[in-house]
Amino acid sequence: MNKILMSGNNVIGEAAIRAGCRFYAGYPITPQNELTEYMAEHMRNAEGGVFIQSESEVAAINMIAGAAAAGVRVMTSSSGPGISLKQEGISSMAAQELPGIIVNIMRGGPGLGNILPSQGDYFQATRGGGHGDYRTIVFAPGSCQELADLTMDAFDLADKYRTPAMILADGMMGQMMEPVIFKKPKPRQYPEKFMLRGAGSGKSKFIRGLLLDPVDSEAHNWKLARKYEVISENETRCEEHRIDDAKLVIVAYGTAARIAKGAIKRLRSHDMKIGLFRPITLWPFPEMRLRTLSEKVNNFLVFEMSTGQMLEDVRLALQGYADIEFHGRPGGAVPTPAELANVIARVYEQKD
Amino acid sequence: MAKIVFKHPESLKENIFHYCPGCGHSIVHRLVAEVIDEMGIRGVTIGVPPAGCAVLAYNYFDVDMIEALHGRGPAMATAIKRCLPDRLVFSYQGDGDLAAIGIAESFHAANRGENISVIFINNAVYGMTGGQMAPTTMLNQRSTTTPAGRKQAVDGYPVKVSEIFSQLDGATYVERCAVSSPAGVNKTKKAIRKAFQCQMAGLGFSLVEVLSLCPTNWKLSSVDSCKYIDEVMSKVFPPGVYKDQTGQSGKTAEARP
Ligand SMILES: Cc1ncc(C[n+]2csc(CCOP(=O)(O)OP(=O)(O)O)c2C)c(N)n1
Ligand code: SF4
Repeated sequence: MNKILMSGNNVIGEAAIRAGCRFYAGYPITPQNELTEYMAEHMRNAEGGVFIQSESEVAAINMIAGAAAAGVRVMTSSSGPGISLKQEGISSMAAQELPGIIVNIMRGGPGLGNILPSQGDYFQATRGGGHGDYRTIVFAPGSCQELADLTMDAFDLADKYRTPAMILADGMMGQMMEPVIFKKPKPRQYPEKFMLRGAGSGKSKFIRGLLLDPVDSEAHNWKLARKYEVISENETRCEEHRIDDAKLVIVAYGTAARIAKGAIKRLRSHDMKIGLFRPITLWPFPEMRLRTLSEKVNNFLVFEMSTGQMLEDVRLALQGYADIEFHGRPGGAVPTPAELANVIARVYEQKD
Repeated sequence: MAKIVFKHPESLKENIFHYCPGCGHSIVHRLVAEVIDEMGIRGVTIGVPPAGCAVLAYNYFDVDMIEALHGRGPAMATAIKRCLPDRLVFSYQGDGDLAAIGIAESFHAANRGENISVIFINNAVYGMTGGQMAPTTMLNQRSTTTPAGRKQAVDGYPVKVSEIFSQLDGATYVERCAVSSPAGVNKTKKAIRKAFQCQMAGLGFSLVEVLSLCPTNWKLSSVDSCKYIDEVMSKVFPPGVYKDQTGQSGKTAEARP
């Protein structure tokens, strides 16, 4: 298979179309516009492909919900403010058990913030963001290759569990170019019985979200909760990098993890025993792996391009069994590997 | 041999309506179901009920249905129709749903000329949430959030959906009816049929606005509610055909790439 050099935003679009995505709706917002434009250009050539530039992010999420109900693989994408607008729709897709992919190419926040890479939407992505007892599967790719692979996997998991899944990347990942190989997508497995395509001569179906009877509603909530438990058990992913002899482990995801890898390379050349723990799924968070790691490592340093959000999940995972330091750069600030290496070295020397 | 002149529509389930006695939703549900029966399209129809008093419409219509979030019916319907162009897709919306929170989705679905039909129930109040002011509440009309009557200075004017939507180039057929009299009911049914035929012929966006009774929140009897529609509402929202391009060639969904 050939390697193709593509920017992150385009990789997501190409992977989606290859995975059989045939409905995309989106509203322009930087730094993800290339993805919307890619879908506009390439959905035309995909058989049965529909592209709609929607009137808003609210419309976009409700459009993909409709298309998902019709039995089509669907995706929408946006960034910070637009993702906030989609939250009611994401909650509703979780409630109505509709599969679909939401891409958030994060930018600096809160509010309009700026258009620089950031990781301030971790809470929003992993804690639900919308209302009610629900969860969203959240992938945090760390390279263009992972953008390709995880986008395809996200479609499969969304179908498998009939739930929305999110690709959480940032402006840096969206813009950077790397060679990628697109894997062969798996054939779609999504039973016809979940699709709403007209009753034909059979029984009519309905998909609802409002459950007025508390008995029904509680049962539905527990059913969803059991599903999320199964997802937590089976779909957690992480990468462990140079942790075998590590005395200090950096915990970082996405762009922050890339920067951390660069920093670790430098520090290793100075004989500092530093490793990286990189969650690939942010929900479900790989907490058991991290806890196991604390049996041999006592010191962790969480690095995020935020004021400290994943930090809470790391604390929950480590439950006080290890020391946790934090370094954060919010609001669109992106440190170089050299800068981060200095921070890590200071922490390492204190602990050593 | 007896001839059947009146029966329960096949596209309507046997469930008993939860609507208040005299409510216009019940009438319009029946009309929509009758049209679906008569057109023989039950098996290809997909309905999108709103958040509003009609939220449980899937308990009544025996066609495939998916409940939309408040105001987003036309966005959902747009997507379903684009994915399944040979189905009949309609959204069913109240005035808060269409003209307040969902005005953008409705406006743009119409403007894109989506080949869908919107059944729009204008009862001049928010029924489901207990009678608050709607965008269509008339000046001086009392509601729970306009206890002294709607005042133009603070609440603005009633939104005239048919007038506005008929201005959009994407809209093919727009008619306003009233279910306050037998003649009005018949007209409404004809309009719904026309809207669905417009869609099945691939002619583009259709909207039927129905001036509809909400005796509960108007605090009027059913009979007085009908009078209120005829004597008050109809003056602000005159029934009639606001746009009909169904006879014009060139208005086809085929133009879609
Ligand atoms: C985002 C959101 N805001 C508010 C509501 C509450 N809500 C449900 S129905 C409704 C208004 C319904 O009025 P209308 O659309 O006129 O329909 P009717 O009930 O009169 O038929 C409101 C405000 C909601 N479900 N979702
Ligand atoms: S509140 Fe009004 S609109 Fe709602 S069911 Fe009762 S009469 Fe009908």
